Amino acid sequence: MKYIPNTSRDKEKIYKKLGVSSFDELLEDIPKELISDKRIDIPGPLSEIEIERKLESLSAQNAPEKKILSFAGAGAYDHYVPAHIETIISRSEFLTAYTPYQPEISQGTLQTIYEYQSLICELTGLDVSNASMYDGASALAEAALMASRIKKRNKILIAGTVNPSYVKVVKTYLQGLEIEVLTIPQKNGILDIDVFKELIDENVNACVFQYPDFFGSIQDIDEYCEIASSKGALKIFSVDPIALGILESPAAFGADIITGEGQPMGIPLSFGGPYLGFFACRREYVRQMPGRVVGATTDKEGRHGFVLTLQTREQHIRREKATSNICSNQALTALAACVYLVSLGKEGIREVALQCLSKSHYAAKSLCSINSEIELINDKPFFKEFALSLPVSARDVIERMSISGIIPGVALSSFFDKSYENMLLVAVTEKRSREEISSLVSGLDKTIKQLY
Amino acid sequence: MNCPEDLKYTKEHEWARVESENEVKVGITDYAQQELGDIVFVELPEEGAEVTQGEVFGSIESVKAVSDLYSPVTGKVSAVNGRIADEPELVNSDPYGEGWLLSVEIDDKSQLDSLLDASAYISYVEEEKKE
Repeated sequence: MKYIPNTSRDKEKIYKKLGVSSFDELLEDIPKELISDKRIDIPGPLSEIEIERKLESLSAQNAPEKKILSFAGAGAYDHYVPAHIETIISRSEFLTAYTPYQPEISQGTLQTIYEYQSLICELTGLDVSNASMYDGASALAEAALMASRIKKRNKILIAGTVNPSYVKVVKTYLQGLEIEVLTIPQKNGILDIDVFKELIDENVNACVFQYPDFFGSIQDIDEYCEIASSKGALKIFSVDPIALGILESPAAFGADIITGEGQPMGIPLSFGGPYLGFFACRREYVRQMPGRVVGATTDKEGRHGFVLTLQTREQHIRREKATSNICSNQALTALAACVYLVSLGKEGIREVALQCLSKSHYAAKSLCSINSEIELINDKPFFKEFALSLPVSARDVIERMSISGIIPGVALSSFFDKSYENMLLVAVTEKRSREEISSLVSGLDKTIKQLY
Repeated sequence: MNCPEDLKYTKEHEWARVESENEVKVGITDYAQQELGDIVFVELPEEGAEVTQGEVFGSIESVKAVSDLYSPVTGKVSAVNGRIADEPELVNSDPYGEGWLLSVEIDDKSQLDSLLDASAYISYVEEEKKE
């Protein structure tokens, strides 16, 4: 494909055909003050060898992924991505395909989405999954919108232990809808149930929780769910899909909608994505569910096939009255998650989850034994991530240790107020070896001594 | 086109039938069900909800499209046809009978005067078809 398709001779021909003498004449109807006379500052062309050098020097500015030891999490996790996932999703039939707008000719794509949906239902324990959404945050926001469509009330309660970035996205999505978003306060990762009891009433569409929560902890949410149900509010959860390998899904304690970030399922860490939002709900709410849904059917000759179903609520048919303005999906990352789940199987996911659990507990124990001033911020059980209180600023620690190639975690002060300054959120996945955890422990020990 | 004489109609193709002094049944017309095609789902308000004349009270989904349902009267929903949830096809097979949607308690019967009678509805539909 040519990047500058029109030669000056092409242009002359076009002008002649249009009956104008120049490009500017074409723009005559646009008021002068709206036309910028500034040239766009684009550098001149480079030769192949020059461009290669340029791109190499740019990419050299990236931290070499393999040499950085990362314990950072807070929503994106360094899990192992089996090599065959990239091989499969790199097939051109998958790599270049967009969400199918003429679904019947894309049976292969539809089948992978159908399989993906089935796996998400299996994982979450809910009845219906959509074809996927952009990321965990937007999936959660869509869930809040969906609950508001179902309940038609005017409040959403969101736990203070939900990822603060997700909370921002939820608030952004609900802006202008006259739905108030109220936060259930937390202190050191522990929710205040008394305030929750004061906030919840018959005007609440849904209560939103994260599981395990942003601090990595698994809190007793049963009581919250019971109270929410007694007021007729829906229960929405954002979950870590890997945790569901060993933890009971919130569906067991009454979740109506379960969403989450699918990145841990075979999708590499990359700056901002593309990631994957998964979204599942109870069958009774399927008509209010955003996004596309692939269904299985038989054609008139009785042959098995796949279709996009429930499209009547989408915007190409229902226009401004569509259920949601999402009628796309993340087909490629959904495929990666599908391949990941299929390759690992039930036992494999369980194994990954168990390794996360034991390695993170081993790391927490080792880190806390450095000195008495390092401790977990609360005594709640945790899965693969935990928050430590340090005797020094977490940001300073991260800055120092990063120089030597270890990212020890994420500073909670980036998300919360100054009282969290010394708190470090550490994620330990199945990928971390004993030696790597030892490097983290000795690195932190050394750094704290330097900073003291 | 089947349009019983004893009903009142809206331009949005709903009907209203006075059942008693303050009770009105509501459904969609035979013409509407024909135009929609096979109906697969009807979203209705809960009992006790308020509906307003000319405003949306629910939606009806066929294999082709989802359309809004507009209330012919203002009042309180006293009953919802419970069979519709499992047998939405009743709206196709018997739109004026077993396919009714709501029963609405109204204060003021005079509000029905603003609706179309059968012959006015028929000529409205004929006009609409021409366009």
